[in-house]
This record gives sequence, C-alpha cells and structure tokens, in this order.
Amino acid sequence: MAASCKSLYRCCQQSVCHLVARKLSSSRSVSPPPLHRRILLFLTQRFYDLEMLLSWRGQLRRKGIMRKNAYYDFTQRLYGSDIAAAFYILSLKGGFRFVGQSDWFRADQRGKFNWDFLNHKDTPLEEVDMSYTVINYRGLDNLEGQQSLRTLALRGCPEVDDWFLARLHVFEDSLEELDISHCPRITTGGLAALRNLKGLRRLDLSSLPGISSPGLVVILLEEMLPQCQIIATGYDYSIKQHGGEEEVQR
Amino acid sequence: MSAWRRLHVKVRRAHGLFTSRRVTEQYTWMYGPSTLGQNLSTGKPLRNDFFKELEAQLAAMRKKAADALPGSSWSPFDINPNLPPERADIVIIGGGVMGWSIAYWLKQKERVREGVKVIVVERDLTYSQASTVLSAGGIRQQFSLPENIHLSLASADFMRNINEHLGVLNEDPVDLQFNQSGYLFLASEEVAHIMEENYSTQRQVGAKVTLLSPTQLKEKFPWINTDGVALASYGLENEGWFDPWSLLNAFRRKAMSMGVIQCCGEVTDFKYTVSMMTSPGGDPVVYKRINSVKVQMPKGLEYQMVECAIVVNAAGAFSGKLAEMLGISSNPKDTIAGTPVPVEPRKRYIYVVHCPDGPGLDTPFLIDYSGMYFRREGLGGNYITGASPKEADEPDTSNLEVDHQFFEDSVWPRLAYRVPAFEKLKVTSAWAGFYDYNTFDQNGIIGDHPVINNMYFATGFSGHGLQQSPAAGRAVAELILDGNFKTLDMRGLGFRRIMAQEPILERNIL
Ligand SMILES: Cc1cc2nc3c(=O)[nH]c(=O)nc-3n(C[C@H](O)[C@H](O)[C@H](O)COP(=O)(O)OP(=O)(O)OC[C@H]3O[C@@H](n4cnc5c(N)ncnc54)[C@H](O)[C@@H]3O)c2cc1C
Repeated sequence: MAASCKSLYRCCQQSVCHLVARKLSSSRSVSPPPLHRRILLFLTQRFYDLEMLLSWRGQLRRKGIMRKNAYYDFTQRLYGSDIAAAFYILSLKGGFRFVGQSDWFRADQRGKFNWDFLNHKDTPLEEVDMSYTVINYRGLDNLEGQQSLRTLALRGCPEVDDWFLARLHVFEDSLEELDISHCPRITTGGLAALRNLKGLRRLDLSSLPGISSPGLVVILLEEMLPQCQIIATGYDYSIKQHGGEEEVQR
Repeated sequence: MSAWRRLHVKVRRAHGLFTSRRVTEQYTWMYGPSTLGQNLSTGKPLRNDFFKELEAQLAAMRKKAADALPGSSWSPFDINPNLPPERADIVIIGGGVMGWSIAYWLKQKERVREGVKVIVVERDLTYSQASTVLSAGGIRQQFSLPENIHLSLASADFMRNINEHLGVLNEDPVDLQFNQSGYLFLASEEVAHIMEENYSTQRQVGAKVTLLSPTQLKEKFPWINTDGVALASYGLENEGWFDPWSLLNAFRRKAMSMGVIQCCGEVTDFKYTVSMMTSPGGDPVVYKRINSVKVQMPKGLEYQMVECAIVVNAAGAFSGKLAEMLGISSNPKDTIAGTPVPVEPRKRYIYVVHCPDGPGLDTPFLIDYSGMYFRREGLGGNYITGASPKEADEPDTSNLEVDHQFFEDSVWPRLAYRVPAFEKLKVTSAWAGFYDYNTFDQNGIIGDHPVINNMYFATGFSGHGLQQSPAAGRAVAELILDGNFKTLDMRGLGFRRIMAQEPILERNIL
C-alpha cells in the first residue's frame, strides 16, 4: 500500500513536469483532448494501479447495467411472467400498456411509478416503450414471454446492439411496430436479423450512426420486408443514396 | 585478480583524465588570447583536430575496456533484438486465432500480473498462409456433437461481449463486423432423419434453431429452388459471419497489452528428454518431455533455444508436422510410435462471385446437402461460395493456387441449381486456404498429449476452428493453469478417443 502511495506521489510529480513540457511544446496543436483525460492517459500508460482503477470503473458500470437487466426470477415465480415484465420495464424507467387497456403505465423522471399494475395479474403487454433506457440483450429475458407484444420502442438505447436485434425473433409472430432510431450501436449486420419479423408493419431506423450506406440499406430492407413501412430520416442521402442506387441497378 | 584489473583501469582512467586536461589546457592557451584576431596559420587547428580525435578514440577505448570487465552486460557479439527470450513458462507455437486466444486466456487467468511468461511464436506475421484469415468467417450452432455446439455457443457469447473481454483501455473498441444472418442447412430425403436428430440435440443444448418444411422454406426464401429438399434447418440467433482479421487482431492486441510476447520465427526443432516406462500391460512406453524449443529466425541462420515448461501446439494445419519433429506420427492408424496427431492440411477454395439479381439482405449462410455453400459478402451483390471436394479428389497441398475448373465443374452447377438467379454470375476473385483437417474424425483435438508430457494441443478443427477459438482457447488455458476443464467439459475432444481408436464423428462438416 505504502509503495503504491509512493508511486502515485511520484507519478503526480512527474506528470506535472510532463504537462508543463507538453503545454509548451504543443500549445498550437489541433484540439487536444481535455486536460483530465490527458493526465489519466499519461498515468495509465505509466502505472498499472491507475489502469486497474480505470478498468474497475468500466467493470462497475457494466455490472450496474447487468444488474438492472437481471432476470426477475423471484417476481416471475411469485406473480407470473407478465407482472415480472411490467416490473422490469418500470424499474428501467420505461412504459407499457396492457392488452385491452388504454392507459399507459410509466415511471417518472425519478424512477417513481404507480404500483397499480400489480392488479393486472396475467394480462399480457401489448405496447412497450423502452426508449432511452439501458435495456440490453440480457434484459430481453424478462420480455420473452410476451407473445402479444405488438409495439416496441427502443429509441436512443445505448445498450441495444446487433445481438439484441437478432434476439427479437422471440416476438416474430406478434411484433408489428419497431422503433430503433438513434441507437448508437446498431450496424447493418444487425439489421439483417430483422428478416425473422415477417409481421412487421412499421420500422423506424432514423439516425443510426453505425450505418454506412443508408440509402442502399433502406432499399434492401424494403425488399426483405415488403409489407413494412420503413422510416429513415436523419441521414445525408445526397451522395450516398446516389451511389447506393447505382449499386443496386448494376 | 579482477580487483587488480580494476585497479589498473582506475589508474589508466586517472591517467586519461590527466591527459585530457592537459589537452584542454593547451587548447585554451592556444586559442584563449587570440579569439579576436582570427588565427591565420592552418597548422595549429590541424594539430588540434588530431588531439581531439585521439581524445575521442581514447575515450571509446576506455569505455570498451570498462564494458568488457566481468559483471557488465557487454558481449563481443551483436545481439539481434528480435530474438525471443531464452526462457519462458509457456511457448505457444502458431500465432493464428487459436494461438492468440490461448495466450489471452492464459493471461486472463493468471492470478498475479506477470505470473506466467507466455510467448507466441509465429513464422509469418503477414499471415499469408494462415487459415484464420483465409476462412469464410462463419459461426453456427448447427452441429451434431454436443461438444461442438457448446463450444460454439460459448464463443457466440464471447463475441457478444467482445469489448468486455478484448477491449483495451484508450483504444478503439473491437468491431467484428458481425452479420446476424443465420445458417440454413438443406437436407435431402436420405439425410432428413439425421437433421431431425441433430435438431433435437441442438435444441437440448440451447441453440436457437428451427426446422422448415420445403413449403415454409419457399415462403421464407422465395429465391430457393426446393427440388430435392426434404427438410431444412435454420438458425435464428447467434449464427452468421464476421471478419476473421478483426477477431485475430483483437485477441493479439489484448494479449500483448497483458504482457504476452510475440516473436517472429519458425519452430524447427525441439530438445527433449526421453524416459522409458512400462504400461500396466507390460509393454514399454516411451515418454518424452520437451525442454526447449528451437526458434529459427526468419532471415539467416540465427536461432534461439527457448527453454520452457509447457509447449502449446496451435500451428493449425501444420500441427501434425510439428508433432512429427517429436517422432509422433500423423497417420491415424499408426499407434506404434505413440498416439498419432492426425492433422494435415487440406486445400479448400473460396470463390467470390458477383450477381446483381442474387438474393438480398436476408441471405443466410446456405449449406446444401451436396456440400456446396454460399453466403452474401457485403451489400453490393457479391457472394462467396465453395464446396468440399470428394476424398479421392483432394487437391495438392504444396501451394495455395486456385483451381478454377473446380468452380465450373463442382460448385457452379450446384449453386445455380439451388438458386436459379446464380445462373448468370461473374467470378470476380478467388482464394485458397488450408483446413486444419483431422483425418481421424474431423473434430478439434483439445488437450495434452499422452506421450509427450508437456505439449498441449488445440488443433484439427477442420473448418470450424475460427468460430470455436474463443471457447477452445479458454479450455486449453484451464487445462494448463487449473489442471482440468472448468467451464466446459471438453474431455470428449481429447486424445483418449484417438488412443482408443473411437472416432466421434460430426455429421455437419463442410
Ligand atoms: C477456406 C476455409 C474456410 C473456412 N471457413 C470457416 C468458417 O466459416 N468458420 C470457421 O469457424 N472456421 C472456418 N475455417 C477454419 C478455420 O479457419 C481454422 O480452423 C482456424 O483458423 C484455425 O486456426 P489456427 O490458429 O489453429 O490456425 P492458423 O490460422 O492456420 O494459424 C496457425 C499459425 O501457425 C503458424 N505456424 C505453423 N507452423 C509453425 C511453426 N513451425 N513455427 C511457427 N509458426 C508456425 C502458421 O504460420 C500460422 O499462422 C475455414 C478454413 C478455410 C481454409
């Protein structure tokens, strides 16, 4: 412990010198990363302890997400899969609507929600809105039993990736509307997995940063899901779509 | 004796100091007064140059003499900085995806930093002949053997969380370019019952697969000609293809960031000790234990003997040849010289074709009962395709040249029959690669060799090694560091089956 403190102290001293030197030499370089980043970068390159700390931080964050997406086994056994799914959705600050009902249950900004949903035992969910939540592949376990799910909104979910899309085949018989717009981790490779959702009527894939030639992708998706209306806004088609169409016509 | 020498040097050093001071004195004396009025004569500076040079040479001599003293690290020969270290705990031979995966898992499992010293020896850092980068990059769970399904499921799980495993701090996240597209196996009347059996095994183990009748197949993929198809099985999840380079590089980058040493060189020989024992039956058995590995440098005659405790043979298609250096045969029938390592290279071709009217984004990795396969490559109407030749027509494996006639004769007709759109196509390129073909039963060999005490194997995967590398690497690392398999029981894939001459056949081999 003492040794690591000493090394930390030494590294602080060194880093100050280093930073001063760097400032002098590279004051005109193009937008360097922020100061604290550079300090951390420098320290991690030099000291295992710091590297450990940083990787622990990442691990903790991932553990947190995993915990939130854990399988609600206990609730499931006590109240059935529908209530467990509902509870999972509300805990993640999402919202849903039961089959045959018109009002939505939603968690508010601070994660508070109305516990009345417990009265609807054994009523499946029809619409689920998980936009801007940390739902991930594992969390889908909780929704798997929802065979009447018609609408699923996943707008802006940071943890939704291609593997998640591949797993949506569990709703292949019921899902009609899917919103995956603004999900940063989705790529073209994952969109191919939507082929299993033959009942899809509406698909929103606006502003996906991971898609390289959106024009072509949209055409291919329309071909793959002929009955589905595809919404893809927020892309710069000007050059890319041209290239894409050319490729298709060839 | 040495004390006397040191004394002597000290004296000389003092003497040197003295002379040099005298030179500088001279220097100031000559130049000092006349710095303003420049010197006109040329003789004096020349003499000065001479002294300066002499001084430098003396200094160099003094340095050399001090270096040559016992206790310093100087040696009279130039040392190649690329030479591997003289000692290591574990030497992994073969820097393909298997080798690097094992290296990564060894480091991942070590309890303290630098607990095990691992080096990976690779003879060709451009990977021009490694199967890893020449493969089709597919991953599937549609196997008949539970071990293979488990390995593949575990690897899919690894790839799903790849950045948790292989992400390196302050570097770009790993992008495998994974295509979630699924495999589609087609079965004819004769083999439909096998497909059904496989299907139930796969479901039991936990793979997400469904069976399709020809009508359902036609409905799902209208572009397929279903003539002759009795049953199809289709993967819903965890199947598809990815970029093999990205996986290899991700493993390598992570392993090296954890302290694995990469070295470029070819393993050409081993130094081993031999001991004789008698088996319970009374037969003499020869045991071997490797002491060091001879690593030949790529250029020239230079080599290094690397002393090591454990050797891992991950040389892919050439692992059989490597075992031959230890007097272990590669003929599966041959049990006289110890348990054989029945792995040999088999050449396979992959053709890239362009077909604008071919199937679209939902194209699976299709595997026909005739042995032909194809998949989409990118979005621009390109596909890659190939087929396995008959056992009797195995091509020559001395080079990696492509036989274009094979496409005309054996691939295209089957391809166009199955998907009529491929009647019109253009072959845009082609390549060949070596399967690490297990002639005994076409399955991976994972485990330690019964006769060579300290050599572990991860080879013989025969066309599905890329996808199994993450889980197989972990299995080998567990075997080495924990002494047995912890997460997945891979005893079935060990050498015992070869010793007992009981092949475990995989029925879904490409
Ligand atoms: C055409 C083709 C298609 C394939 N398709 C698939 C697929 O779709 N899915 C799948 O999972 N798998 C596929 N495979 C199989 C897969 O590529 C291999 O099983 C896998 O790459 C084996 O990895 P490896 O690391 O053991 O071997 P390699 O990648 O061959 O690596 C072995 C390395 O060892 C080095 N080496 C050999 N001898 C020595 C020595 N004496 N000293 C030093 N270095 C040495 C070699 O240079 C080589 O780089 C395919 C293979 C081929 C050929």
